[in-house]
Amino acid sequence: MGEALPVVDSVRQAEVARALRAFLPERCVLWQGEDTRPYECDGLTAYRQLPMVVALPETEEQVQRILRTCHALGVPVVPRGAGTGLSGGALPPGDGVLLSMAKFMRVMRLDPRARVAVVQPGVRNAAISDIAAPFGLYYAPDPSSQIACSIGGNVAENSGGVHCLKYGLTVHNVLRVRGYAMDGEPLDFGGEALDTPGLDLLALMVGSEGLLAVATEITVKLLPKPVAARVVMASFDDVEKAGDAVAAVIAAGIIPAGLEMMDQPATHAVEQFVGAGYDLEAQAILLCEVDGMPEEVEEEIAKVKEVFARAGATRLTVSRDEAERLKFWSGRKAAFPAMGRISPDYYCMDGTIPRKRLGEVLNFIGAMEKKYGLRCPNVFHAGDGNLHPLILFDANDPGQLRRTEEFSAEVLEKCIEVGGTITGEHGVGVEKIDQMCAQFRPAELELFHAVKHAFDPRGLLNPGKGVPTLTRCAEFGRMHVHGGALRHAELPRF
Amino acid sequence: MLQSFQERIRDAAGRGAALRLRGGGSKDFYGGAPRGELLETRGYAGVVDYEPTELVVTARCGTRLAQLEATLAASGQMLAFEPPHFGADATLGGCVAAGLSGPRRAAAGALRDFVLGARLLDGRARDLAFGGRVMKNVAGYDVSRLLAGSLGTLGLILEVSLKVLPRPPQELTLALELPEDKALDALNRWAGSPLPLSASAWRESELRIRLSGAPSAVRAAAEKIGGEIVDAAQAGGFWSRIREHADPYFAGDAPLWRLSLPSHAAPLGLPGAQLIEWGGALRWLRTRADGAAVRAAAARAGGHATLFRGGDRAAGAFAPLAPALLRLHRELKAAFDPAGVFNPGRLHPDF
Repeated sequence: MGEALPVVDSVRQAEVARALRAFLPERCVLWQGEDTRPYECDGLTAYRQLPMVVALPETEEQVQRILRTCHALGVPVVPRGAGTGLSGGALPPGDGVLLSMAKFMRVMRLDPRARVAVVQPGVRNAAISDIAAPFGLYYAPDPSSQIACSIGGNVAENSGGVHCLKYGLTVHNVLRVRGYAMDGEPLDFGGEALDTPGLDLLALMVGSEGLLAVATEITVKLLPKPVAARVVMASFDDVEKAGDAVAAVIAAGIIPAGLEMMDQPATHAVEQFVGAGYDLEAQAILLCEVDGMPEEVEEEIAKVKEVFARAGATRLTVSRDEAERLKFWSGRKAAFPAMGRISPDYYCMDGTIPRKRLGEVLNFIGAMEKKYGLRCPNVFHAGDGNLHPLILFDANDPGQLRRTEEFSAEVLEKCIEVGGTITGEHGVGVEKIDQMCAQFRPAELELFHAVKHAFDPRGLLNPGKGVPTLTRCAEFGRMHVHGGALRHAELPRF
Repeated sequence: MLQSFQERIRDAAGRGAALRLRGGGSKDFYGGAPRGELLETRGYAGVVDYEPTELVVTARCGTRLAQLEATLAASGQMLAFEPPHFGADATLGGCVAAGLSGPRRAAAGALRDFVLGARLLDGRARDLAFGGRVMKNVAGYDVSRLLAGSLGTLGLILEVSLKVLPRPPQELTLALELPEDKALDALNRWAGSPLPLSASAWRESELRIRLSGAPSAVRAAAEKIGGEIVDAAQAGGFWSRIREHADPYFAGDAPLWRLSLPSHAAPLGLPGAQLIEWGGALRWLRTRADGAAVRAAAARAGGHATLFRGGDRAAGAFAPLAPALLRLHRELKAAFDPAGVFNPGRLHPDF
């Protein structure tokens, strides 16, 4: 990093802390250095900033008063869930309040007949499925951080997971979000009916990265848990063949519950770590899960095997029981920590591409590995085209930092070039804000700002995230033309 | 053609005039009465990109919905939200603007769930693109999904990318005799168990259920549910008549209300004949009862009521918005269409 962190203004800090302490108990307001340290970053640890003040409200009324107070004082507010986000969306403001929703842990209602759960935003994603399990129900979106991430954060990021091709993203599984605008006005989007009158503001709220409103209560849809699930694991001697096999499954009219690809460097890294039984000879492996009624699963598993065999699979294994199914998945789910074992640092990208361009993009990544002298194993939500290339580097080597940064920028721009996007599920946050300038034109960014203005005219809620200013893009464009490193005085990178 | 659209928009904005955006005109009846100078989009037609294995189709707004569905069917795929056409000339643009979904909605999702990207001309005639042609995309606000059901009030939708799905290998329709309360109870119970339900319709004590999926799954579910198997050809016609409002239930001139409720809401007991879809979540009502009473009953049950066809729509076709949401609607309308050019009064009497 090596760049000076913005210094907290102690006069302003005392003023804001005092204003919040007027209605919040002592335990709910932190401002001393060591107390605020745990909030200095989210899951994207390369970006750090001590917040001026941390507020930990316990009631909705407190949330409303915090927002009103900050609005009146012109203080920026950054909402935070569990802090597992990978794009720096919860990076604290050095001149504002970090609003932690961690104490909003209650399940307000679980209604098995209506198949909904009404929960507070701090409730963990996996906890919802746990409480619904006795009724044969579950909450479908399953980001790999599901044991830790909160539903409030999922709403902010429109989180996906390995099962979203069939069961959808957060936006498809949330029925209602209640919360507050930056000025403290209560807002209620969606409902328990399947639609609402007027514009679909719920769709706008989901994935808005905490820029439009602060959620205080979320109603999610629960689905009946499939009775049976089995996984086919297939090996290929060529990644493009594996990509074609994915297309062939779709062409056969099958929508698998999960369809994941890992390349050889990725399988080697995870196999040492968890021993999932992956074929280390294969250039790529596919994991294809089918779920549903037992009869249906048998029927579709047979079809998937046939399709993979025809597509040139060199080895095919079907999970025999639940233990083996979980074992096959364990490697994929441990992919990120496994990279941490083989490299001091790794940097995860999140581009999405049309699947038919997979070979081209993987070849491009291969060329970038050579160009920058860095390794980059790939894990891929193959069913929906969402790539997670993981660049391995050592953050203590400034040369590697710079190369990682340029490597990832080139890959994201390649994703845009082939008709994809810079982020499939991790969000823009602070991390990909410059690439937004490449993905969108000025008029589109202007419209995003106008949408933001409708909700938060003073621009106090999570400022500087998600959507770049046009000035920033002009600046970025200039630097880009020079082909230099993407440096920004105000933002330490990696 | 794009340029002529842009000229019309600039011209209207300059004169303070309104434009009435129209595809096939099949949904003119829906929402507030259309007004303004007619701008027809039918000429801007055609599938731009369709690769069945990507599960995505991109087409221009004037593309006939029937033609688009035929193109998908040729590759064994479909629009899973089963949109109503309400006329042979229905276009994709109108379909997205109206945001309506058909019988498969409760099982597969609504139109808005399948929107991946869109291109639109805003009130300044700017050609803007949001979302994309990939399944997962969280860059920027989800503006393309916001267009679903916006009734053309935010801009001229030029092009839309939709997720498509394979057609189910098998469908089977069952008929059961059940009174309203028992039918609602059964529908909610079944929806909570892993059965391949894809549609339901209840009227006059008869409940029809459609199952879709792998033949083995459909067979097993049919045994669990029971009832009479409806002849396949007849069943196809039945679901299409329900979707297109061609069923005898929809005949006559009594006002047609659309009540969108939590699926488990108890019978409302309002006067008039009902047709219940979406596992209980969509309840059509033919009634001359006072609109305020219908709206109040829907709100008490946790939903809302739309005066879908006929009746007096002077007070608006849709349930009124809460003040905070109305303010956001006005602000968003101003962001997309500052001069108020597009489809005034269609979504809300005030804008």
